[in-house]
Amino acid sequence: MTPALDLIPIWTAILALGVFFYVALDGFDLGVGILYQFVPDREGRNLVMNSIAPIWDGNETWLVLGGLGLLAAFPLAFSIIIPAVYFPILFMLLGLIFRGVAFEFRYRDAEHRGFWDHAFCYGSAVATFAQGLVLGAFIQGFRVEGRHFAGSSFDWATPFCLVVGLALVCGYGLLGAGWLIIKTEGALQDWARRWGRRCLVGVVLGILIVSLWTPLIDPRIASRWFSWPNIALLAPVPIITAALVGYEWKSLSDRSEHAPYIVALVLFAMAYLGIAISLWPMIVPGHFTLQQAAASPSTQAFLLIGTLFLLPVILMYTGWSYWVFRGKVRADIGYH
Amino acid sequence: MDLDPVLLSRLQFAWVVGWHILLPAFTVGLASFIAMLEGVHAATQNPIFLRLSQFWLKIFAISFGMGVVTGIVMPFQFGTNWSRYSDAAGNVISPLLAYEGLTAFFLEAAFLGVLLFGRKLVPPAMHFVAALLVAAGTLFSSFWILATNSWMQTPTGHQVLDGRFFPESWMDIIFSPSFLYRLAHTVSAFYVTTAFVVLGVAAYTLRRGLFVAEGRVMLRLALWFLAIFVPLQMVLGDMHGLNTLKYQPAKLAAMEGLWDTGRGVPASIIGWPDMHAERNDAEIAIPKLGSLYLTHSWDGDVKGLKDFAPDERPPVPIVFSAFRIMVGIAVLMFAMVACGLLLLWRRRVDTTVWYLKLCQLAFPLGFIAVIAGWTTTEVGRQPWTIYGLLRTADSVSPSLTGFDVLLSLLLYVTVYLIMYPVGIAHMLRIVRAGPEPRDLEESIPVVSGRPQAPIRALPSIEGSTS
Repeated sequence: MTPALDLIPIWTAILALGVFFYVALDGFDLGVGILYQFVPDREGRNLVMNSIAPIWDGNETWLVLGGLGLLAAFPLAFSIIIPAVYFPILFMLLGLIFRGVAFEFRYRDAEHRGFWDHAFCYGSAVATFAQGLVLGAFIQGFRVEGRHFAGSSFDWATPFCLVVGLALVCGYGLLGAGWLIIKTEGALQDWARRWGRRCLVGVVLGILIVSLWTPLIDPRIASRWFSWPNIALLAPVPIITAALVGYEWKSLSDRSEHAPYIVALVLFAMAYLGIAISLWPMIVPGHFTLQQAAASPSTQAFLLIGTLFLLPVILMYTGWSYWVFRGKVRADIGYH
Repeated sequence: MDLDPVLLSRLQFAWVVGWHILLPAFTVGLASFIAMLEGVHAATQNPIFLRLSQFWLKIFAISFGMGVVTGIVMPFQFGTNWSRYSDAAGNVISPLLAYEGLTAFFLEAAFLGVLLFGRKLVPPAMHFVAALLVAAGTLFSSFWILATNSWMQTPTGHQVLDGRFFPESWMDIIFSPSFLYRLAHTVSAFYVTTAFVVLGVAAYTLRRGLFVAEGRVMLRLALWFLAIFVPLQMVLGDMHGLNTLKYQPAKLAAMEGLWDTGRGVPASIIGWPDMHAERNDAEIAIPKLGSLYLTHSWDGDVKGLKDFAPDERPPVPIVFSAFRIMVGIAVLMFAMVACGLLLLWRRRVDTTVWYLKLCQLAFPLGFIAVIAGWTTTEVGRQPWTIYGLLRTADSVSPSLTGFDVLLSLLLYVTVYLIMYPVGIAHMLRIVRAGPEPRDLEESIPVVSGRPQAPIRALPSIEGSTS
């Protein structure tokens, strides 16, 4: 059963790209949801909601693709990791349900608008925090027997996971602020810049704590980063990250409109890279490598043919739908 | 009491998939209906069709949004509760599910935004194309999810090594023996379900005497459509049943409540199967009829439940009853459509109050039939997740305790019991408001990058914001 061509690196790249797209896209609209409760007035809240109403659904689709991509490319990892984070996944799904239906419900139900406003905001925050718990649990590793998760359904309830959860809430908040800076103007944009800076502080604290804590959890990760010559080769990662933080602060404070979102995204990419360096080549940290958890070659090949054709098409028409709704959202031009 | 994680996981899956399937049952048909309305409007420029399209789009937006969020729950169930199934079958089912995402979800999501918010942002032809692509997306989705389900019902094209399934022929996996029957029967069921909702709304509109022109158009569209699809659906159902007889005889025997194998078997009309006594209580049966419609011969040979080991039989009373509910509704639908056509022929359909009342009451019939049909086929597959090869009891995540699943099930129950009544109430409110022409005038001033509130908000609500 030796395949003519090893597809595992390609699938690793596609999955990594899929997760990154998810974070880049649903990250900002979840972030918009998190910041929603701090918007000072109703006019502003309507605007903030309108800025993501036509696109959130497509953004969330990347989550489905991420989950199914993991099942398709690394089914063993899927069947160990997902039951291990049973409750974080549950919280995430319920959070996504509340925020998803709130888009329609809050406009149709004046009496309960307050309830659906909260559903949108807390749903977004809970979903994000739960994703952070999943990430934290992934980094701290799982108890495994044979091909199955052997821990308890509450193994994720550790201080480390809670910190990662909070850090991700700040991170998505930062992306959301970046998006709102692009889509709004005037007082609302100034408000978004203020909240962007607050979130950035949280992100920096989160990155610092996680970066120091992770090597303490796992000596293998410590030796990967701190042994010679790795320490010299990997030094650019924290240095570039620090420079990006400085640049992000500056662009949140001056008048640049696109830089805050883009730099925040690059910041995410650096954190992502840091985690990848720590864990490579494990997909179930401590137990299975990408190679060991991979799907059968026929499965990989069959899905790859369609994916290589469909993914560019998806990116094209998704890009087009963003293009249709380009520009600033404004409330002063409307029918009422 | 001992909490059984297998039973609770099954209840949880039934709960989340049962509620979820109601939405595709409606949106698959509604997406096609809206695309048709848009198409007719583009061709004739008759404003009635535009008003109707705009009216149904508002309902579509709510049901589709609910379908998306309840749909995201589904693939994660495979991981959270059915990880041993995922480990065993991942190599076979995952590309099918992933192709659903790649071909359907992105298409629907991207063009739904344009369909709902972009009428004035894109040329009319592009708006129609968006409607068509959303409809196509819903059908692609049905294709892949039913291909997956059919492989679990009638698995082919794989080999089993060490208890895990590996693909051998993708054509055989996708086009497993029950797939095309299941696909045709299910999509047709979804179309009929939507048409009965349209029929009910039309009847309500006519009875109120508001928007009479729109009501007449909807009533006729629905009746003519159903005149073709209800009989067609019955034929497709019969074909699907014969396919089940061939490939899943235990399920068929449970549907028929047939215990003893034999020639010239009776057709059980009603009764209550007793699994311990292996017979039906309070049964009314017609001799020989079962063989006739199952084998198309008066003394055809049909396998009974006693031919299967007790631990390989599905829960017979559930399958037996669900099947009867589905068939009963089909008969009722057939009678209603025949009646409607007769009234239409006599030009009395718009004024016959009892018939309009009946249509109004009948709007949920399709949903009940879909749930009953789904129950028949899914419970009928038990005690297997992959028919004859992998038991449900061996599919559940080993790390789960009964308490874990009870907790998650209670949360799903609570959340769905909040969301569904609210969503249904909003849709009914839109129906009460009717296809108001004002909706269209209001949407005109939308300019680039400035979508209004999702669809048009009720004026009384939006009025308070400005």
